[in-house]
Parts: sequence; structure tokens; C-alpha cells
Amino acid sequence: MRESIQAAEELNPLIPHVSEIILGAAVFLVLLLAIRKFVVPNFERAFAERTKAIEGGISAAETKQAEADARLAELEKQLGDARHEAARIREEAREQGARIIAEMREQAQAEATRIVDHGKAQIEAERQQAVTSLRAEVGTLATSLAGRIVGESLEDEARQRRVVDRFLTDLEAGTPGRN
Amino acid sequence: MIAGNLAAALVPMASSGGGFTPPGPADFDLPPIVGGITKPMVMIVLSAVLIFAVTYAMSRKAELVPGRLQYAGEWAYGGVRNGIAREIIGTEHYLRFVPYLFTLFAFVLVNNYFGLIPLIQFPTFSHSGYAYGLAALSWLLYNGVGIGKHGFLGYLKHTCVPAGVHGPVLLLIAPLEFLSNILVRPVTLALRLFANMFAGHLLLILFALGGEYLLLEAFSPINAVGGVLAWVMFFGVSLLELLVMFLQAYVFTLLTAMYVSGAVADEH
Repeated sequence: MRESIQAAEELNPLIPHVSEIILGAAVFLVLLLAIRKFVVPNFERAFAERTKAIEGGISAAETKQAEADARLAELEKQLGDARHEAARIREEAREQGARIIAEMREQAQAEATRIVDHGKAQIEAERQQAVTSLRAEVGTLATSLAGRIVGESLEDEARQRRVVDRFLTDLEAGTPGRN
Repeated sequence: MIAGNLAAALVPMASSGGGFTPPGPADFDLPPIVGGITKPMVMIVLSAVLIFAVTYAMSRKAELVPGRLQYAGEWAYGGVRNGIAREIIGTEHYLRFVPYLFTLFAFVLVNNYFGLIPLIQFPTFSHSGYAYGLAALSWLLYNGVGIGKHGFLGYLKHTCVPAGVHGPVLLLIAPLEFLSNILVRPVTLALRLFANMFAGHLLLILFALGGEYLLLEAFSPINAVGGVLAWVMFFGVSLLELLVMFLQAYVFTLLTAMYVSGAVADEH
């Protein structure tokens, strides 16, 4: 090459070969068409899909977040309701318990009163029965006393008095509680 | 010849040989491989095949959660799409220009990096024809878009008459605007890319061949130091080229986007 230095001095690198202009432009245009048809749409599709996926992901996340928020609010409301309900039930139970205790106390009181009354009535009845039976016996005793007195010698007034005293003593021992 | 003699004079200790012949435009005039087919021709077709195969493999699955390959593709595609097209053209119109801008960026980038890939080691756009072709396409694109939007005369007015300028000063401004927006833009677009690639590759050849000459053909202790330095420079310039090659692809794409943006804009 360097031997052809004479030719080189005639060469002007600014003057192109027309064939090279045409070839360069043609090859470039063919490449442009190929890339435009087969390469660019693929890249653009990937970009578009990625954008869509990211946007879709964001909106899905937003929906989920909103759902979760709503659910949380609902649960908190339910929890509040439940607390309220529990407090109400507790209050009611306390009231009911107090009422039951009062009722029971009243009942017990009434029962006690009833038992005491019953006891008193029974005692009264027994006393009445005793008095009645005593009354009935008093006659018999009086008769028997009279018989005895009549049967005894009446010469001794002192003795008579003793008999009566003894009788009365017996009587007192036999029929106590007479007020 | 003069330059060759000059180089030989700068290396006085050259013991033998015809002296050092510095690289020149002739080094870019590669002989045809077969028939009329040259290396850059093969490379430009190879670049298109490579770009399509790789980007297609990257985008084919288009999964929601990308794999490594798809992630890399989306990073590059998204960079051009969002970083250049959307930033400059605006969200309203940018999407229909994304295929063009993405292809342009990949095409220029791969062809530039061919200049550093071992065994290929030739930037396609150091042949000016390829740069002219791409610039012509960008020119057609932004003017076509402008005419499609504003009509032919409307577009001429849109391009040549800056907003808020009235009266006789237009006689001065309008031709200048026409010159700068319609005529100069494609030329600078092409020349910027071509000249960067050409000069970068020339520098690399110079340091590689110069180092080789000093070390192997004109060996002496001083020349050996110079040769090693030249090869160190070769390495440094290669790293610089790595950056320049990317920047040129980026700038070409960015400027095309700006021209399109100006053409579709409602007002200046």
C-alpha cells in the first residue's frame, strides 16, 4: 500500500465513492426496517406491559389496603359493640344478683317469721289444750279431794288444813305454768 | 514523498532502508477482497447483520422481568428512546422517531468500534461515503418531517424566518438561516463523523507503524525508547478512540434528534 504513495497523493478522502454512499444508505435502511418491524415492537411491548403491571400492582394494592382498612374499622366497631354489650350484661347481672339476694333475704325473713309464728301458735295451742285438760281434771280432782276430805275424820281442823295444803301443793306440781 | 523524507530526516540514526513512510490517505484505500467488494463494504453489511441479530435476540422474549440479555438491550434501547428521543423531541412526537434514532445510534456505534476490534480494526466511517449516506438520510428525514407538518412553503418559512424577526433585517437573516439549517447541517453532520474516524485511525496507524519502524527497522538505543513510547501512545490513543467512537455515535444521533425536533416544533 505504502508503495503506492504516488496514487495516495492523488487520493482525496473527502471525495467519496458513490457506491459507498448508496451501499451505506441502503444497508442502513434495510437495518432500520428490520429493527422497526422486529425489534422495536418487542421492546415497546415489554415497556408497556411492565408499566401496566406496575400500575395494576399499585391499584390492586390500593384496593387491598382499602379493603383491609374497611375490615379493620368493622372489626373495631364489632369489638366496641361487644365491649359495650359485655358491660351491659355485667351491669344487668349485678342488678339481678342484688335483686335475687334481696328477694332471698325477704323470703328467709318471711320464712323465719312464719316459723316463729307457727311455733308460737303451737305453743299457744298446746297451752290451751293443757288448760282445757287441766280444767277437765280439776273437777275430778276436786271430787276426789272432796271424797277424801269427806272420808277423813274431820275432828282435827289442823289435819284438814294439811290435807288441803297438800292437795294444793300436788295441784301446783301437777299443773304448772298457770299465770 | 516530502513527508517521507521529513520523517527520515527526523530519524537520523536510521541505518538502512528507504526511511520511514508515514501513513496517509492511501492506507485507507484498501484493495478489493474479491471483485469490486472492499473491506468496508463487508464490514457495513456485517454490522447490520450483527446489530439485527443481537437486538432481536435481546428483544425476542420481551418478558416482564427481563433476563440479563433483555436487560442490556432495554438499557441501550431505553437510553436512546428516553435519553435522546424523548428528551429532545418531546413526549408528543418522539415515539415514531425512536426506531430511526436507535438504529442510527447502533449502526454508527458498531461501525466505529470496528476500528478497535482486533482483526477488523478499521472504522467504516473513515470512508467518507458512508458518512455522507447517513447524513443524507438524516437530512431527508428532518426536512421530510418538516414539510409533512408545515407544507413546503410553510416549512421554508419555519426554517428560515426566526420567530420575532420582522422587516428588512430578514433579507440578511433568512438566507443565513437557510444556509445554516438546510445546506450546512448535513455537511457538518457527515464531516464530523468522517473526520473523527479518519483522524483517529490515522493516528493509530502512525503510532503503530512508527513504533514498529523505530524498534525493528531502525534499531538503536534512542530509537528503541522512541519506539516504545510510540507504542505506549498507541495504547493511549486507543483508549481515547474508545471514547471518541462512542461520542461520535451519540452526537450524530443527538443532532439528528435536534434537527427533527426543530422541524416538528410548532414555533421556534
